[in-house]
Amino acid sequence: MTDLAVRCEQLKKSYGSVVAVDGLSLDVRRGECFGLLGPNGAGKTTTIEILEGLLAPDSGNVEVLGLHWMTDERELRQRLGIQLQEAQFTDKLTVEETLRLFRSFYDRGRSIDDLLGLVELESKRESWVVKLSGGQKQRLSIACALVGDPDMLFLDEPSTGLDPQSRRQLWGVLQRFRAGGGTILLTTHYMDEAEVLCDRVAIVDQGKIIALDTPKALISAFGAPKTIVHQGTLEDVFMSLTGRLLRDE
Amino acid sequence: MTSNPPRGGAHPALVELTLARLREFIREPEALFWTFLFPMIMSVAMALAFPAKGAQPVHVGIAPGPSELRQALSNDASIALRDIAPGNDLRALREGDVDVVVTPGTPPTYRFDPSREESRSARLVVDNALKRAAGRADPWTAREDAVTIAGSRYVDWLIPGIVCLGIMNNGMWSIGFMTVQARLRRLLKRLAASPMKKSEFLLAQLIARLLFLGPEVAVPLLFGVLVFRMPINGSIANIAVVSLLGALMFGAVGLLLGSRVRTLEAISGLMNLATVPMWVLSGVFFSSSNFPSFAQPLIKALPLTALVDAMRGVVLEGASLGAIRVELMILTTWAVACFAIALRIFKWR
Repeated sequence: MTDLAVRCEQLKKSYGSVVAVDGLSLDVRRGECFGLLGPNGAGKTTTIEILEGLLAPDSGNVEVLGLHWMTDERELRQRLGIQLQEAQFTDKLTVEETLRLFRSFYDRGRSIDDLLGLVELESKRESWVVKLSGGQKQRLSIACALVGDPDMLFLDEPSTGLDPQSRRQLWGVLQRFRAGGGTILLTTHYMDEAEVLCDRVAIVDQGKIIALDTPKALISAFGAPKTIVHQGTLEDVFMSLTGRLLRDE
Repeated sequence: MTSNPPRGGAHPALVELTLARLREFIREPEALFWTFLFPMIMSVAMALAFPAKGAQPVHVGIAPGPSELRQALSNDASIALRDIAPGNDLRALREGDVDVVVTPGTPPTYRFDPSREESRSARLVVDNALKRAAGRADPWTAREDAVTIAGSRYVDWLIPGIVCLGIMNNGMWSIGFMTVQARLRRLLKRLAASPMKKSEFLLAQLIARLLFLGPEVAVPLLFGVLVFRMPINGSIANIAVVSLLGALMFGAVGLLLGSRVRTLEAISGLMNLATVPMWVLSGVFFSSSNFPSFAQPLIKALPLTALVDAMRGVVLEGASLGAIRVELMILTTWAVACFAIALRIFKWR
């Protein structure tokens, strides 16, 4: 049994003439939280969707939990928890009904009460999804990712659009998941989130990894080059590596 | 439930998926309206258009004021006179206020449109009445034996067609639309990222659809029986078989049409493209035998034609399933082919 949760080598994916992922390789160790950082259009979502088995790469190898999408999809789907960017659940189902629906797909997993407690949605149990706030919807989405008691979580921008309280609440959920031995791969725009949650981060730009290390090492290598008063942050690293020009969506 | 502890209180996936679809449907007032109220409104409209009365009088236009003509025509119970001011007769004919306009003279003039059936028969009635009043002696008068044959009237023929139209529209729109909407919202992709079996999802959509079929078919049929005394000559079981097969088949067609489309506009266009020709060609409102003979094999192979023919066969003629086996085979072929293709080309993202 390998101690790597994810291993991918030389991933490539193009849409027509646009190269989304350009020879990307990375390893995620079991039990760690790994962050993919990058500006919009850098290829983060394409990369994570390839790793989730939702997109086929044009070339390259992917191994998740020592398994392969081509041959072991059924087992992988049972063991992974996935949260997609901008996926919406059915408006007129309640929170509990949505969780029961997702629970029914898994051979093993957590109880509905347990999950509602974990993401602090007990009071919204009977509410229709359409009536939830953005933060509550995101927590439901995390609960659906956790419903099968997965070994590994894939989260695509889990805290986008959340207010500070909801973000902190989400971080708590993820830290508890890790404390139970789970592995996390997430993408994010927020440097503070990566600093708080991630053991290692990869900065992705134009479909390639341009830096990969612990947040601390990256900060001491690239951060705050122009000031001595200011303690460097991951944000400084990010800006110095990816440039300061605005990117299109 | 307790008998299945690994699922943690949830039903099997197929049940949960079907329940989810049913809940979504019940909680959508518009969907309920279209499924149940629409056939009722359609039936009421039919009741108004085809009142279950005896023979209707013919409407005859005549210049206002007393005249010999008026005297002669008003004695006939099958004639309803209407005053038409001179110069207005063409408009009254065009708008269907009168079927024929009679102008005095020797001989009188009948102004009517021979291409309209009502006009032709009104002309005959008027002609008869006037000639008799003028002293025509008939060699004999036939003994009349008036009967009403339930099941042979237009309304009897129409109602099974309306039922089939409902099966087609509800099946295709509910499944096709739901699918595209779930794709737009990336719900399909989220489901595909879970261990859900994809065939179970598609099957659940069809099953949920069937659970509403009973009332959908029964409401217009009952309406026909109670209001129009429409006869149901076939067995309820055979009606159920035809309805089930029809609903499954149109559900599969809807699934196929929605299998790759990404916008609600595109699915609306596709649905109309598929259904509107069948509204016209499949003999719901008028017999498809009106179309030229070279088109007949094609028309017979259309899914709605097969369903309408099978339904009319069972309801009106009391046909056995064996007698409508060709139609049932056409329905099955469409159902299997569409479901198989949909399963293959369905896009989850």
